[in-house]
Amino acid sequence: MKNQLHFSRFFWSLILLVSFGLLASCGQQGSTQSSATLSGGDVASAVYVAPGEHDEFYGFFSGGFSGQVSVYGLPSGRLLKIIPVFSVDAEKGYGFNEETKPMLNTSFGFVPWDDSHHPELSQTNGETDGRWLFINGNNTPRVARLDLSTFETAEIIEIPNSGGNHSSPFTTENTEYVVAGTRFSVPYPQADVSIDSYAENFKGMLTFIKVGEDGDMEIAFQILLPAFDYDLAHSGKGKSHGWTFFTSYNTEQKNTLLEVSASQNDKDFIAAINWKKAEEFIASGKYKEVPARYFNNEYDDHTHMATSKEVKSVKVLTPADCPGLVYFLPTPKSPHGVDVDPTGEYIVGNGKLSADLTVHSFTKMQAAIENKAFDGEIAGVPVLKFDEVVGGVVKEPGLGPLHTEFDAKGNAYTTFFISSEIVKWKVGTWEVLDRIPCYYSVGHLMIPGGDSKKPQGKYMVALNKITKDRYLPTGPEMAHSAQLYDISGDKMKLLLDFPTMGEPHYAQGISADRIVSKSKKFYRIEDNKHPYRAMGEKDARVERDGKTVHVYMTTIRSHFAPDNIEGVRVGDKVLFHVTNLEQDWDVPHGFAVMGANNAELLIMPGQTETLLWEPDRVGVIPFYCTDFCSALHQEMQGYIRVSPANSNTPLKWGLGDEFKEGVAMN
Amino acid sequence: MLMALAAISLITLFIWPMWRITLIAPQYPEGVDLFIYINKIGGDSPGTLQNINILNHYIGMKFIEPDSIPELTYFPYIIFAMIGLGLVAAGINKASVYLGWAILFVILAILGIYDFYLWEYDYGHSLSPNAPIKIPGASFQPPLFGKKDIINFTAISLPHTSGIIAGCSILLAGLAWRLRRRG
Repeated sequence: MKNQLHFSRFFWSLILLVSFGLLASCGQQGSTQSSATLSGGDVASAVYVAPGEHDEFYGFFSGGFSGQVSVYGLPSGRLLKIIPVFSVDAEKGYGFNEETKPMLNTSFGFVPWDDSHHPELSQTNGETDGRWLFINGNNTPRVARLDLSTFETAEIIEIPNSGGNHSSPFTTENTEYVVAGTRFSVPYPQADVSIDSYAENFKGMLTFIKVGEDGDMEIAFQILLPAFDYDLAHSGKGKSHGWTFFTSYNTEQKNTLLEVSASQNDKDFIAAINWKKAEEFIASGKYKEVPARYFNNEYDDHTHMATSKEVKSVKVLTPADCPGLVYFLPTPKSPHGVDVDPTGEYIVGNGKLSADLTVHSFTKMQAAIENKAFDGEIAGVPVLKFDEVVGGVVKEPGLGPLHTEFDAKGNAYTTFFISSEIVKWKVGTWEVLDRIPCYYSVGHLMIPGGDSKKPQGKYMVALNKITKDRYLPTGPEMAHSAQLYDISGDKMKLLLDFPTMGEPHYAQGISADRIVSKSKKFYRIEDNKHPYRAMGEKDARVERDGKTVHVYMTTIRSHFAPDNIEGVRVGDKVLFHVTNLEQDWDVPHGFAVMGANNAELLIMPGQTETLLWEPDRVGVIPFYCTDFCSALHQEMQGYIRVSPANSNTPLKWGLGDEFKEGVAMN
Repeated sequence: MLMALAAISLITLFIWPMWRITLIAPQYPEGVDLFIYINKIGGDSPGTLQNINILNHYIGMKFIEPDSIPELTYFPYIIFAMIGLGLVAAGINKASVYLGWAILFVILAILGIYDFYLWEYDYGHSLSPNAPIKIPGASFQPPLFGKKDIINFTAISLPHTSGIIAGCSILLAGLAWRLRRRG
């Protein structure tokens, strides 16, 4: 024991030395590397997408602490769009206009920020299908679904009984479920207890979210597990379809100084969940319906509004009542990513503090369960014997393995954070084939389709945690660096560096043709079912209802209707319901009014959006279009007259020569 | 037989456009297509007419409003009459009747194209005095046939599917006349 401890200390000192050494020599390495690749000649043309031409792949990158998703073209690395998901976005009015505020509603009220980690494309038969992109909110546990015909957030569901939604939203092979495992175990049920009572009172909850044919998400069931930290997940495919695997660390169940206390066990666990069995237990009533409070928010493309629905209970399965539901696979050491190879046979446990990379065999796992090759059990969960489930070990591939993705030729690619490199190895023979440095300290990696049954990749993206000298300096804070590699040959080849938004954790890639044909150009005005729509200038009007003033406004190149409004008073709540009457691609109009305490509106053709404005002073206030729409965009402006609170200025509105007067509704 | 075919082929005027005006500009790489049918004016999407009107309003051109073009209402009756007369002609089965139908249709077609020209002239010249953009000396009249540059746009005006079929219908009637006369 003591010897082991000494060895372990020696080992860690070595790692620290090596990593400091790497960081110290970063500068020189970086410059020599880039000149070497540039002199390669054909590298530039490999990522060059000529003006007017399109990239071959879409890349969806998580925005990390920006809470959003950014969309890149690959191989060019050109930023195409930032999609607001968990954080408000003043640019698009997301979370500021009345229609999208409900998207960010939770049991904690309006939560305008989150930390988004893992984008996951929907799949059919284990292949990415370009319908939706799911992504987790880590801080206030949530899962979002993005519609890839509009590239907008379509739905957000809150996860109850969770302390931090990290091992999420990894899909099953037909998008039957996306999952949400808690990284931080919390008291279950939440209670005012001593933090010291961790091992006794805390639990870890794994959640399965059912995804309907139309994408609609609802929580199907939760599974109550010991208070470990559930880190990452991936579902089985092919032969292992029906299972989902979650890594765990802190199986020591400690609640302070985790960097030491949670790094003591030689092996932690991968929790293997048989979700088909779970469905049987739910059908046979083996669950407890537990009170809960969480919100499910959905955006409708016809009403152009989100609605927020409260849900008040959840079905919970407990392993002790459900034999065969969960097994623990011992895995060295504090495994981070868990990645299933395209055949579904091999489950890679990326033991981030382990010297080797452990790969479990699904076939052996099945046999071990059959033969009851158990090493005891924890909270009703059988622990499978390590030797009975290991399918292979990649010996000393590098330091600090985090994540593995696959190509279509039976190769695996694993990131090593500490040694800052990606190592290519052969699935089945476990031999290391190639290694390439990353600049610097790579976290996730992404190969298009690289976590599906059908990897599409000839490219691989490294998502690096440290940038340092890779770009022109921009002060203390820098864009995180992504790097694109060519993996079509035997040797990996660095092609491109490009900056990313926030901190991209994971990313997903898909060949563009699976999305392009479905991409919406504008919303049909006839389909607009917004309750405050104006279907043409004839519908443009102003209505007073007590202290609330509804402005039914339209936009078309290049004027608002109405563009002169009088009869508004200090203390009114003015709601500008702006309908964009355009029916052409790429003609959004913006709407901004002086002193608004929220943001602008950015209204797509055929859409209606609403801005709340509370005038606080007498005067005539301008408003204008913010999105350059035409040669007469600069003329797209108007005025609203604000009279004193007790004034009798009549309600009056108009455009050009036509003015109308209105009467108050009460 | 050929005569009946010539008459019946005119039904296609109600199915496919007879004329197409395409506008091309750098910011409209895929072009904007205006389709003219015997009874309506449409575009490659439901919003096309609105989009063309938005472009035209910069130079003060009148809005193209199909409801204000009476020809779209009464042209269909003329075509119905020509189909009916053509079938009657086929029944009578005389060379002179065939020739008469063909000549009548040619006259009507010339009148129709002249009417089209008048509309184009009207759109191109009756510009609002309040137009935001005025370009002295510029001609905004779309071409009757072929290609023309109108400020930043290139406009291409050509017969489309049913217009070509209607043209063939005249040829068919002519052929019927020739064959009947020989026979």
